[in-house]
Amino acid sequence: MRHSISRRGFVLRGVLGGAAVTVGIPILDAFLDDNGAAFAASMGGGSLPVRFGTWFWGCGMIPERWVPQKAGANYDLPPQLEPIRAVQQHVSVLSGFDVILDGKANLPHISGNTAVRTGEAAETWQAITAPTFDVLISDAIGSGSYSRALDLSLDGNPQTSYSFRNGSTINASVPSPMELYEKVFGADFHDPNRADFKPDPKFLVRKSVLSGVAEQRRALLAKVGSADRIRLDQYFTSVREIEENLSLKLQKPPRAEACVRPDAPAPIKGDITDIGVRKANHKLMTQLLGMALTCNQTRVFNMNFDTAAAELRRAGDTTGYHQSTHEELIDRSLGYQPTVDKFALGTMEAWADFVQTLADVKEGAGTLLDNMLVVAHSEVSLAKNHDVAGIPVMLAGRAGGRVKPGLHVKGSGEPISRIGLTAQQIMGVPVDSWGGGAMRSNRPVSEILV
Amino acid sequence: MKRRVSRMVLAATAGAAGLSILLSSALPGKPGPAIPQPSVRRLTEAQYRNVIADIFGSGVEVVGRFEPDMRVDGLAAVGSSAVSITASGLEQYDAIARHVVAQVFTPENRARLVGCAPGASDPDGGICAADVIKRIGLRLFRRPLSIGEVRAGVAETLSASDALGNFDDGLGATLVGMLTSPSFLFRIDTPGRSGPPGAIDAYSKATRLSFLLWNTSPDDTLLAAAASGAIDGPEGLRAEVDRMIAAPRFTDGARAFFDDFLQLSDIDHLSKDALIYPAFSTSVAAATREQTLRTITDLLIDHRGDYRDLFTTRRFAMTRALGPIYDIPVSQPGWSIHEFPAGDPRIGLLTQASLLALHAHPGRTSPTLRGKAIRETLLCQKIPSPPANVNFAVVQDVNNPTLKTTRQRLEAHLDDEECASCHKATDGLGLGLEQFDGAGQFRRTEHDIPIDVTGKFDKVPFDGVANLGQLFHDSPKVSECLVSSVWRYANGRNVQAEDQPAIDTLNRGFATNGYRFVDLMRTIALDPTFYAMQRLPAAGAITTARATSSKRNAS
Repeated sequence: MRHSISRRGFVLRGVLGGAAVTVGIPILDAFLDDNGAAFAASMGGGSLPVRFGTWFWGCGMIPERWVPQKAGANYDLPPQLEPIRAVQQHVSVLSGFDVILDGKANLPHISGNTAVRTGEAAETWQAITAPTFDVLISDAIGSGSYSRALDLSLDGNPQTSYSFRNGSTINASVPSPMELYEKVFGADFHDPNRADFKPDPKFLVRKSVLSGVAEQRRALLAKVGSADRIRLDQYFTSVREIEENLSLKLQKPPRAEACVRPDAPAPIKGDITDIGVRKANHKLMTQLLGMALTCNQTRVFNMNFDTAAAELRRAGDTTGYHQSTHEELIDRSLGYQPTVDKFALGTMEAWADFVQTLADVKEGAGTLLDNMLVVAHSEVSLAKNHDVAGIPVMLAGRAGGRVKPGLHVKGSGEPISRIGLTAQQIMGVPVDSWGGGAMRSNRPVSEILV
Repeated sequence: MKRRVSRMVLAATAGAAGLSILLSSALPGKPGPAIPQPSVRRLTEAQYRNVIADIFGSGVEVVGRFEPDMRVDGLAAVGSSAVSITASGLEQYDAIARHVVAQVFTPENRARLVGCAPGASDPDGGICAADVIKRIGLRLFRRPLSIGEVRAGVAETLSASDALGNFDDGLGATLVGMLTSPSFLFRIDTPGRSGPPGAIDAYSKATRLSFLLWNTSPDDTLLAAAASGAIDGPEGLRAEVDRMIAAPRFTDGARAFFDDFLQLSDIDHLSKDALIYPAFSTSVAAATREQTLRTITDLLIDHRGDYRDLFTTRRFAMTRALGPIYDIPVSQPGWSIHEFPAGDPRIGLLTQASLLALHAHPGRTSPTLRGKAIRETLLCQKIPSPPANVNFAVVQDVNNPTLKTTRQRLEAHLDDEECASCHKATDGLGLGLEQFDGAGQFRRTEHDIPIDVTGKFDKVPFDGVANLGQLFHDSPKVSECLVSSVWRYANGRNVQAEDQPAIDTLNRGFATNGYRFVDLMRTIALDPTFYAMQRLPAAGAITTARATSSKRNAS
C-alpha cells in the first residue's frame, strides 16, 4: 500500500507550480500518464469489454414444473420455464446443484443464498467472512470504470442486497430506476462520445482531497484493535476506489458507439410490491442498466428482482407470495400450489424480459448480451420447505465468446459452489478452487465453457 | 495503479480469512492478555444529520441516501461498532458532503459560516482557510486539529483554489474532504495520556457523553469542558451531565434511543395493501413513528415518568393523519396529547399503530410476528428462526369453514410439537393483540366471530390488551430489558459476562429510583466505566464475531 505522500505532493506541487490562475494542462497530462493505461486495459482497448452480473429472485420454483428433463442443447421447457422460450438460445439452465450445509442449520431464506454467493453456508450474518463471488469478480475487473459495481433493488429498500465483502460490509443497493438514472446519467454523467473532452480540474481537486484522507490510514490503523483494523481498512479501500474513479474521469474515455444518454424515466405508479408494478419497474431498471453498461459506466452489476423470501404480492390479496409458499394448500387436481405457481411464472417472465432487453442492444457485430455473463439464481428450490438442494440457477450471455449458451446442465447433487467458481474463472479471476468445507470445489462447470 | 489496488483488496480479504483462523484456533480457557481497545463506531444517519444541523444550521439540507445502518441483536447502536463504509457508501457520503458544502458558500450563509476571505492582509487566503479549518474541524472531528492537519488543509485549499480559479471552491474542496474523513465518519476513541490504563481522553469522553445524551457531537460548552479538563473530574462531569439532561436536546437523545430500541426506522420501508387498508399510507406510517416517540418523551422526559407506565398509559400523542386509524376526530392542527377514556381498547405502547402495523403482513395481521417482536425488543428474549421444513398449510386457509379466526388456525398448527415450542411463546402474546388489524385499527370480530384475546404471560392469565399491558407494567423482565438495552446502546456493544455486575447495579438503581429513564441515563453518564475502553483478549479480539443475530431475519 502506497498512499504516498510523494504522489500527492506531486499533484499539489504540480498544480501550484502551474499557471497561477488557470489549470496547468501539462500538469494534468503528466498526472494522467501515471494512470493512462486503466481505460485501455479495462475497457477493451479496441475490443469490447466483457461485463458480469447477477440476477436474483426470491422463493425459487416448483421443481417438477421447472427442471427440464433433457440435458444439453434444445432442452425441454417445463411450464415454469415456458416464459423463456423466446430467449432460450441465450439461457443455460443449471439444475440439481446443491447447497451442502455441512451440519450447519438451514436458516430459512438465508443459508441458501449465503452458500450460493460465498461458497459456504453460515449460521449468522456476522460469521460470514468471505466475499460474495460478484465482489471477487468486481475486484478483478471493476476498477476500470466509474462504478465498481451497480447494486440494484426494486423494492425501494437499499438494504436489499446480496453482495457483500463480509457479513457486516454489505453493498447497499440503488433502490429505484429514478435513483439509478441520477447516479449514472445525472449531472456527473461522463459521455464517452463527447467530441470536446476536456479534463475538469474539479475531479483532480477531489482526487487530491481524497489522497489527503487516505494519508490518515497508517496512523489510524495503528490505533485500533484487529477487528476494527479490518473495518477501517475497508473504508480506505473505498477511498482508493473513488480516487481511481476520479482518475478515470480525467481521461478521455474510449468511444462507445451504442451509448446514448437516455431520458430520465417517469416513476411508475402503484404499489411496488405488486408483481405487475414490479415487472414494469424492472423493465425500466433493465433498460437503464443496459445503457449504463453500453456507455461503459460499470462492468459489474447485481440486479435484485425481489428479496430472499420474496416480498411480492398482488394488490388486494391478504396473502403474499412468501406466505403462500408456506401456507397454500396443494391443489389436488393440479398437484401443486396454484398461487405460488403464478408468482414463479411471473418471475420467469421478468427474467426473460431482462435477457431479451439486453439481447436487443446492438454492440459491435453482436449484442450487449454477447459480451456479458449473467448468473441468475434464487435462495431456495422449493420454498414451501426452504429446500436448498437444487437451488435454480440460469446463465445468460456468451461472455465475449468464452461461454456456450442455451444448454441444460444437470448438477446431480454436486456442490453449487462449482457455479460461483466457474463464473469467476470465466471473468478472469485467478482462482483454482472455491468454497468452504464440503462445498469446496476445484471443478468448473465445463459443459458451458468454450 | 490497478494492480496496486487489487493487491490491497487481496490483503484485506486475507485479513478477514486470517480472522476466522484466529478465532477457530483460539483455545478455550486460554484467553490472551486483555488489552484496552478504543471503540470505533460509525455515525448513524440521524447522528450525521444532527451534526450537520448543529454546525451549519438547520437550514442546510442534507440530501442523499446513507449507507444503511445494521442491527446487531436489535440495536443499530451495537451494529455501529461492526460496520464499515463500502465504496458505494463513500460515494454517497461524498455527494452529500458536496451538497452541504455548496450551501455553506451561498450568499445567505457565507458570512455566518465562513466569515473571512482573502484580502490585503491575507492575499492568498491562507489565514482565513486556517481559521475556518480549525473552527469547523473542532466540531466535525470532536477534537482540536493538530498543527499538521491544519497545515495540510491550508495547503490543500491553496492548491485547489489555484486549480479551480477561486478561493471558495478551494476551501470547499477541503471541507468536503473533512466531511468524508474517517475522523468525522467514525467515532474513534483516543486513549488518555494520564489517568488509569484504559481511560480515554477528555475529548473522547465528551464525544461519548454527547452522543449518549443528545445523539450529536459535543457543543462548544462541552468542548470547552474537555479542553480545560473539567470533565475529567467528578464535579465537572456532573455539571455537564446536569446541563445536558436539562436541555431540550435531551429529548432528541431519548428519541434516538427509543427509535433504535423499538426498531422504528423499519417503518420507512413499511407498506400496506391500499385496497385492504385504505386508511394507511406512507404519511400515516411516518406519523405512527412520530406518535410513539412523542408519547414516550411526553411521559418519560416531560413528566419524568415511570418507564413501566408506558404500558398502561392512556395519553397518546395524536395528529390529524392518525384520526382514521384510531377512529377519533382530531381537530387540532399539529401534535397534541389525546387522552383515551377508561375502558377504551387503546392503552399503552402495545396498542400503538406503529408497532401493530410494523409487525404484521401487508394484508393481514400476524400474531407470530407481533409476539416475536414484543419478546425480542421489549423483553430481550431470543426467538429462534423457524426450522427449515415446516408445513404451514393449515394456517393459510383464511376461508376454512371451521377455523374462522386466526387464533383457531394458529392453534391447529400448534399440534406439531416442534412448532409449538416457539409458537407458544410468540403467538400467545400476539393473539392478545388480535383486536387490532394489520394497520393497527381496532376491530371486534373476524369473519363475524368475536375475537378471543385471552392468553397467558409468564403463566399469568390475561383477557385483553389492558390486562396484558398491566402484566408488562409489573414484570421485572420488562424493566430489566430496558436497562440492558440502554447499556448496550450507550456502549455500542453487547453485554459480556464481566459487565453483568454493572448491569445488576443499574437494575437496582432503576427500581429504587422509580424506574425513571432520565435517572438511568444520568447514572450511566456519570459512571466511570462508561468512559473506559473495553478490554479484549489480544488474539481474536473480535466484538462482531460474538453477535448472534442481525437485521436479516428474513422470514
